This record gives sequence, C-alpha cells and structure tokens, in this order.
Amino acid sequence: MAETILKFENFGFKYNAQAEPTLYDINLEIKKGEKVLIAGPSGCGKSTLIHCINGLIPFSYQGEKTGSVTINGKETSDMGIFEISQTVGTVLQDSDGQFIGLTVAEDIAFALENNMVGEPDLHDKVIRAAKAVNVQDLLHHAPSELSGGQKQRVSLAGVMVEDVDLFLFDEPLANLDPATGKQAIELIDRIHEETGAAVVIIEHRLEDVLHRHVDRVVLMGEGRIISDTSPDELLSSDLLEKHGIREPLYITALKYAGVNIRPEMNPWNIETIRLSEEDKIRLRVWFNNIDIPKKDNTNGVIFSAEDIEFTYSGGFKAIENISTEVRKGELTAVVGTNGAGKSTFAKLICGFETPQKGRMFLKGKDISDLSIKERADHIGYVMQNPNQMISKVQIYDEVALGLVTRGFDGQTIKERVDEALRICGLWPFRNWPVSALSYGQKKRVTIASILVLKPEIIILDEPTAGQDYRHYTEIMDFLEKLNDMGMTVLIITHDMHLMLEYTKRSIVFTGGKIIADTDGAAVLTNPDVISRANLKETSLYNLANICGIDDATAFVRKFIDYEREVARK
Amino acid sequence: MKKSPVKSIVAVGIGAALFFVLGRFVAIPSPVPNTNISIQYGLLGFMAVAFGPIEGLLIGFIGHALIDFSFGWGVWWSWVIASGVFGLLAGLAGKFFVNINDGAIGAKEIVKFNIGQVVSHLICWGLVAPVLDIVIYSEPVEKLFAQGLVSATANIVTTAIIGSLLIVAYAATKPKKGSLTQEK
Amino acid sequence: MTNIFNYIEKESPIHKLTGATKLVCLIFLSLAAMVTYDTRLLIALPLVSIALFAVSKIKVKEVSFLLGFTAVFMVLNNVLVFLFAPQHGVEIYGSSHVLFPIAGRYVVTTEQLFYHLNLILKYLSTIPIVLLFVSTTNPSEFAASLNRIGVKYSIAYSVALALRYIPDIQKEYHDISQAQQARGIEMSKKENLIKRLKSASSILIPLILSSMDRIEVISNAMELRGFGKNKKRTWYMGRKFRAMDIIAMAVSVLTFAFALYLNYRNGSRFWFPFN
Repeated sequence: MAETILKFENFGFKYNAQAEPTLYDINLEIKKGEKVLIAGPSGCGKSTLIHCINGLIPFSYQGEKTGSVTINGKETSDMGIFEISQTVGTVLQDSDGQFIGLTVAEDIAFALENNMVGEPDLHDKVIRAAKAVNVQDLLHHAPSELSGGQKQRVSLAGVMVEDVDLFLFDEPLANLDPATGKQAIELIDRIHEETGAAVVIIEHRLEDVLHRHVDRVVLMGEGRIISDTSPDELLSSDLLEKHGIREPLYITALKYAGVNIRPEMNPWNIETIRLSEEDKIRLRVWFNNIDIPKKDNTNGVIFSAEDIEFTYSGGFKAIENISTEVRKGELTAVVGTNGAGKSTFAKLICGFETPQKGRMFLKGKDISDLSIKERADHIGYVMQNPNQMISKVQIYDEVALGLVTRGFDGQTIKERVDEALRICGLWPFRNWPVSALSYGQKKRVTIASILVLKPEIIILDEPTAGQDYRHYTEIMDFLEKLNDMGMTVLIITHDMHLMLEYTKRSIVFTGGKIIADTDGAAVLTNPDVISRANLKETSLYNLANICGIDDATAFVRKFIDYEREVARK
Repeated sequence: MKKSPVKSIVAVGIGAALFFVLGRFVAIPSPVPNTNISIQYGLLGFMAVAFGPIEGLLIGFIGHALIDFSFGWGVWWSWVIASGVFGLLAGLAGKFFVNINDGAIGAKEIVKFNIGQVVSHLICWGLVAPVLDIVIYSEPVEKLFAQGLVSATANIVTTAIIGSLLIVAYAATKPKKGSLTQEK
Repeated sequence: MTNIFNYIEKESPIHKLTGATKLVCLIFLSLAAMVTYDTRLLIALPLVSIALFAVSKIKVKEVSFLLGFTAVFMVLNNVLVFLFAPQHGVEIYGSSHVLFPIAGRYVVTTEQLFYHLNLILKYLSTIPIVLLFVSTTNPSEFAASLNRIGVKYSIAYSVALALRYIPDIQKEYHDISQAQQARGIEMSKKENLIKRLKSASSILIPLILSSMDRIEVISNAMELRGFGKNKKRTWYMGRKFRAMDIIAMAVSVLTFAFALYLNYRNGSRFWFPFN
C-alpha cells in the first residue's frame, strides 16, 4: 500500500465570522501518486477544504476546528504555512492573482527566491520547470502578453520548482476556453505521471476533467462528503443529479434512452464506455421518436453591421470585415477564443471603441455617430464581473443610477426601478445593501440597472463564468425569461453547454472574422469549426457516431430539445 | 481585518499601483485651465485609514515617485515626500479616531475622517512640501506657500468627496450584525 | 509595462551597469545637484548627463515626448517665481544691479536673472539623470536593486508588485469607466467640479473594492509560495557588481562630496561672480 500524504479524520471547521460550521465529519485520505477529483456545487465547502489542505486555514483564516488534518502524518496546525507549502503546491483559480512576477521567469523563480536559492541553481531550476510545462520560449514575457492557458502553465511551473508531493488545482478550467481546458487536463495528467506526486483537482465541470483518468471522485454537498468512489461507480448512481453537478452529456443521453449505466461498462469516458448492441438500439429508437418542433424567428432585423473593421492603436487588427444581422427577440451566443474578436465586437456595438471602417444600424438607422451614453439607451452592456459595475451601497440606488444621470423625474425613476426589480426577482431585497447579496443576485442587480434604461438589445459578457451548474441554470433561465418577454440578447461566452442549451444561434469568431453562424448543435459537430475556434466537440457527437447515428447534428439538436421540453419539467 | 505582514506588503503594492494609475492616466479637468484634479489623494486617504499609517506613507511615497519617474520630468522629492507624509498623517488620524473595519460608519466617523484629512493636507502642502522646496531649490517662500495652499485646497476637496464615499462604500461591504428580512 | 516607464532595451555600457549601481548614482548625483547653487557644477552636471546619454545609445527622439512635459513645467515654474518674487535674486545674493524696471516692484536685476539661470540649470542637472535611469533600467531589476542598496525586501517587493499590477489596474479602470459611461457617468467639463468628483467615485468604488479582493488573493498566493519565510531572499533578476559598477558608484559619491566641498569653500550654497 502506498503511503498516505494527506489525511482528514472526523474533521470539521467553523469560521469565526459564521454561526454554522462550513465543514462537517470530513474523512478523506490521499495516498502518494493518487489522482483525485473533488466535485461539488458552490457553497459545498470545497474552497474551505482547499484552505485546510494548503494551510491558509488555520494560518490566514481563523476559526474553530474539530478532528484532525495531517500531512505526512503531521498535524497541519503544528506545521506552519511555509512547511506545508514544501509538500503541497497550490495552483489557484485566479491566474492573474497567482502571477506575481513581472515576467514568466521571475514568477517561476518566486518560491525559490523566498527559499534563498542562489545562482546558478536558481536559473537552472527555473528553466527546467519552464520546459516541463512548455513555456521556455516565453521566459521574458509579461503576464499581459500571455493567454489564460499560458498563465496557468506558468503558475504550475511556479509550484513545480519546489518538488512538492501533492498538487492542488483549484477550478483549473474556470477561465479557459474549451480547447485550452482540454490541454490543461492533459498537462495535469502528464505532470502527474512524470512527477509521481499526488494530484487533487477541485472542479465542478466533471465531464471536462474526466477527459483523462482519475482514481477517485469525491462528491461534496453542504459541507459533507457525500460519496468517495471511482468515477465509474459515481456515474452509475444518481448522486450527481441530486447534488447539482452536471453529468457528462453522453451519460444523460443514455439515461434518457433508458440505458442502465453500470460500472462494468467503464462509463467514465466516452472513449472507454462499452455499449451493448441492445443499448445502441435503445438510443437509436429514442432518437427516432423525438420530434423537433420548428420555431422560426420571422421578426425583423433590429441590428446590423456592415463591413466593420477595427485595429487597436497598438496595431493589432481585432476585427476584419465583419457583416452580420441580429433579429428582434433572438438569443445569440458569440463564441471564440480570447483575442478572436468577440469582446471587441461587443465594444464596437456599444460605442466603447470606434471602427475605422464600416457602419452599424439599429432598426435601420445609422448609429455610428451616437456617443456611448446615447447608444446605451438602446443597447445595454453587462460586464462579466458584477463587482466591477456596482458603485452604490443600496440596491435601489444602484439600479436607479442610469436614470438619475439621465435626469429622469423621481416618479418615473421609481416606477422603472420597481419594474426592473420585479422582473429580476429582486423586489423582496429592494431595501437591502448590495453587499448582502450573493454573486448571482448581484449579477441580477447589474442586469436590472441596465434594464431600467429600456434597451432593445442587451449584451452580456460571460454571464456564467465561474458559476456552478445550479447558479448557471438560475442565471440562464432568467435570461431566457427576459428573452421570452421580447428582449434581444447577445451572450459572449466560452461555455459550450450554454451555447448548446440556451441559444438558437451561435456566431463563431476566429482571428477577427466570423467563421460560422448557425445553431450550437451544428457548430459543435463540425470538426473544422471546432479546431479553428478552439472549441471542443460535444461528447454527444461521439455518442451518435458510436451508436451508428449518421446525422449527429440532428441527434444533438434532439437531445437539447428533449431536455428542455421534457426532462426539465 | 486581520493584518498579516504579507497582506500589508500587498496592500502597499496594489495601493501604489492604484495611486499611480489615478495620478497618471485619470484626467479630471479642474477649474484652472490645463490642470487636472489629483483624485489619487482621495484613494490615499481611504487606503491609509483602511490599512494604517505605515502603509499610507509607503503608498503615497512609492506611488508618487513612480508617477514622477514615468513622466520623465525628474523626481520632485519634496512633493513625493509630502505625499508620503499625507499617507502617514491620514493613517495616524484613522488609527486613533476612525475605525472603518467594524462596519459601523456614521456621520461621526466621516466628520472625524475629514478633520483628519484637512489637517494632514494642510501640514503636507502648506508646510512639508514648501519647506523642502526651500531647502532644495531655494525658491521664494511666497511662491511656494501660494502653490502649497492651492494644492492643499484642491486635495482637501477631492479627499473629502472621494475619500468619504470610498469609506462609506467599503464599510458597507463588511458583515454587519443584525439581520435583513425579505419584504413582500 | 516597459512603455509606461519608457525602458529602452539596448546593448550599452550604461545598460550593463546593475540597477543597484544606477540607483546609487541617481541618488548621489541628484543630491549633488540639490545641495549646490554653484553655477560651474550646475553647468558640468547636464553636460555629463548628455555625454552619458550618448554612451547609452538612447536617442533624443526616443525620450523627446518626455522632454516636452519638462519644458512646459520649467517655463511655468520660472514665470511663477518671477511673478511672486521679482527680488528673490537680490535677497539671495545680497546685492542689486538693476538692468531695467518693468513696473512697481517688478525690476529686472542681474541677480534675479542669474538666479533664474541657476534654477534652470538645477532642473537640467536633475532631470536628464532620471530620464537616463528609467530608459536604461529594466523595471524587473528595480526591486532587486532597492533591496541591494539596503531597502528591506518586503518594501522592495511592494514596489515590484506595484509595477506588476499597474497594467492590470489600468485595464480594469478602462473597462469600468466604459461601462459606467454607458450608464451616463460623465467626467467632462460639462459638469461642475463636485459632480465630476462624484462621477469619478462611481468608477473608483468598483475599482477599489475589487482591488481589495485582489489584495486578498495575491497575499494568499504569496504566502502559499513562501513569501516572508526568511529574513533575506534572492532575486532572479539580481546581478553581481563588476568593476565598472564600483567605479560608477565611487564617481557619483565623489561628485556629491565635491558639491559639499564647494558649498564649504564658497561659504554658502550660492556662488555669484558679478560682485
């Protein structure tokens, strides 16, 4: 039996500032060389558990603990945070926060510098770690010159220099596009094999992590460990659904078709799953029995762009020759990698940047000469992070801000704010300070603060980034409701599920150009578009292929439709 | 807020970066032609009260020195030092008279913060900066005190508005005792 | 990052000096220029700077936009000095050679003109050294240099963090300000000053509150990677002193000593050849 690195025994923890404990009865053992996924919805105590492993609890956050946590047999509270960091290396979710150095090399060197490693060891070790994660050509680059995936690899190199025994990854997929996320999982797998260290990944995107094998999945909910078992066992149970974690889509599809998932089928990955002929037939029958109701959007064009071209002052050509139309009442996803031009395009629509060439029309009228503020009367923009928009203490004042600056009278302001608060489900909180709200509620405050201006179009930048399945569903259902009320919605996103499930249309950007403009199912079953836009094929596509369904696109469409119409009700 | 030494170091770094960005790139035109309002002193007043006098001193000193380095107009040590001293004094005033980390901010705290910042600005721009300029450049006393007074007035106004609003907003993010109830 | 401080990467003897050396030179040459009003030294210092610029291969064109600010500032300052104290030179030098009167107390004297000349020379002695320093010192080396000359590494690291996060904060400010402008926040001259400041707060509040979160994340990240573990730390960008470094530092210190000696020999900081 391999030796135990980390062990929780009857462990519980309560923050000083809180009335109830965050963790209860945690019993968990991680052995040398193991690879474990910890999954659970937001608020289940995952972050607290990470803090207990890497020593931020009890050394940075105070509280009361019960039971014990030991690292290599030693109680963590007797060790000190520095001693723990020799054994446990943490890669944080926020790669900008973790990237402390001015350049890649300096950041990788950070821990060594603190350990007073001198030359020539310092340079040698930095280069070795850089090579291990393949950033050796970027040593003198500043963080602003790197992509999200590159920054994450630098973070990994920065903890690898210490020869730790346990890597801790906190939501490694949260800020990455689908293809980069896939590479990250492959890299983690390679590092795991090469170093022989134990790996703990905390992530709620189960299917994406299971792109590579893990030994165990620990499912958490409400501060407790719900199950601790192999991925095959877990996927054969109904625990995931119960605890707000999304199952892999191919598993869900098979379950819809009435296939009984059993551990011996190796269901953890679409490549390994063994389906009997009978199972495949079941799926085909299910597929053939679903009718897709045709819904056509015959509304008029509300917004159009003609031959837009835009180059940043530094000389980076972000948008090339873009022409497109948006119809009233559409719910559209705008997808593509970082730097593909999707955010820039949104900024051009809102007037934050001015295109060098081309024109834009709103309901047939040229809007090129309208100021940011004037455009905002028609086109609302919601930033990714609600904390970057909120400047008032009280919810009511925050929502009213745009009306106040526009000089509306008190009566109108009150009516409009009340209406927006009701639409956004914030009416019960109308007299609360913003700080008392959850992240999702704050998001709705920012949406309400845009809705009061009664725009015709609303653009949202990554509305679901960093949200677990439950909050994601909550936000998206709300946006869908808005859309049903006639609002035209444009969503900039990395999230393939979002595009597949909620939007009828996806505009795919690559290198400043639109390379596809169709529905999500067609995009995610088109290998050419997938590889050019750094997307990832959906496992439903593979499932269709395995089961001998020729029209994979139709299969994906039917799955989504079935889920929306039947399963969710 | 629990103060760990690392947190203080980071607060100084981020504070100085904020001070730099506001002082270097954010131009709010002032009533005097071709001059801008230095809104960074509102930030400095707030940071000094939130983190403490030493942090305030370093944020003002480092932030201002970086601004001067980046403008290439030489480093005006007298004014750089005065910025640091403002951070120090505002931080001392905050430490002894204004506690914003408990979340209970009322009119009384805001008044105390403002008395503290007015006195601090007067000492810095009316005394520290001109005296240092006399020592270094032997510039005429009348000119320096006139300049100092103008700066002090402008900075007092910005700190009064921006600093106070920041304190109120920050205090509101702190957990409060007593519970909120949903209304129908 | 580099362009904020106008660091220009080149191969030159000045670039080869360690950051710590250049910092020491900057400090002592600035001190020398500050303590003295001896015109001869004040003429020599800018000439030396110009020579050093030539050695550093930095072209005037590459720093000319910086010189613009400086020129405006210098003119403005001199005008102010004259307006407030037209007799300042007379007070300092203790004699009065009237050249021509303008009106009332505004009388142009040799002393006043000479004082203005010295004031300008003083700017010219300090400004180019700073320019030379920023354009030849890699910002990455700056923190290591501070630590090298005796600043505590924790404070030196604060400076490094400021340099690291300036671009991020700048971008965040820009994004927030655009989104707030869309909601109707204006800071232009259309509004009165108080309103403008309140508008500024609508951008500053989200910026600063999110910076408070950032402080939390960064300090956790630093602690998890062992920052503050030892009394000292090494620096990836630190470099060893070589002979040229020692010589450069020695020359700077001697220049400062010479300035002090001049003050002592002249009997005061001021030197006036026209009596």
